[in-house]
Amino acid sequence: MNIDVLLFAGLAENAGDSKISLSFADEQVNVQAVRNELKNLLPNMEDLIEKSMVAVNQEYATNDVILSVGDEIALIPPVSGG
Amino acid sequence: MKNFYLTKEKIEIQPLIDLVTDRNAGAICTFIGTVREMTKGKKTLYLEYQAYIEMAEKKLQQIGEEIKADHLDADVAIAHRIGRLDISDVAVAIAVSTPHRAASFEACRYAIERIKEIVPIWKQENWEDGQQWVGDQKEQIAYPSGKPELGGDKK
Repeated sequence: MNIDVLLFAGLAENAGDSKISLSFADEQVNVQAVRNELKNLLPNMEDLIEKSMVAVNQEYATNDVILSVGDEIALIPPVSGG
Repeated sequence: MKNFYLTKEKIEIQPLIDLVTDRNAGAICTFIGTVREMTKGKKTLYLEYQAYIEMAEKKLQQIGEEIKADHLDADVAIAHRIGRLDISDVAVAIAVSTPHRAASFEACRYAIERIKEIVPIWKQENWEDGQQWVGDQKEQIAYPSGKPELGGDKK
C-alpha cells in the first residue's frame, strides 16, 4: 500500500517537500505505522514526529486508525496560530 | 462571505462584526491578535504563517460550533491571516455576538485559546539572527494524551 503524507512548517522544510510518499508491504496500515515509517525516513525529525498529530481526511486521528486507499493523510506538528 | 476563513489579505474587523450583528444581540465582543515586535528581549522582524488551509477552516468552524453548543444564541466569525506579516499586522480576528455581554467575553476568549490548540496553522519567527518555526505556543507539553481533543469534544 502506498500512502502520501502532507508535511508542513519545519517538517516540510526538513524533508525538502510538502509531501512524502511511503510504501508499505502490508495492505493494512494504521496511523502508528505511518509514524514509524516517517521516523525511519526523517531520523533527525524523530522527536518532532513523535509530538505531531496525524490527520486523516482533515480530522485528528489516533494511532490505531486504519487507513484506506485515497485517504488524505497529514502530519500536523504542534500548532502555533493565533 | 464565510464566517470562518483564512486569507492572504489584510484582515479588517468590521466585516466580521457585520457577519455576527443580530437584532437580538446585546453584545459583540471582538479580539484582534497582532504581530508583536519584542518577545523576551528578542526582536521579531516579521512572521510567516503557513496553514493546512482546508482543515484549518474546518477547525475554525468547529470552534464556532463548540461556542454555539455552550451559548445557543451566539454568532461567531473568525479570520486568520497566512503568508508574511509585518509588525502590528492583524494575524487573527474574532467577533462573537450574544444577547448579553458576559457570554460574549467568555466565548471570544475561548475561541482564541482553542485556535492555539487545534487549528493547523504554524508561525515562523524571523529574527535579526535567524528564523524558526514555532510549535506548542501554549508552552504545554505537546499533546500528552497523544492528540488534542478530537472532533467536537470540549476541554
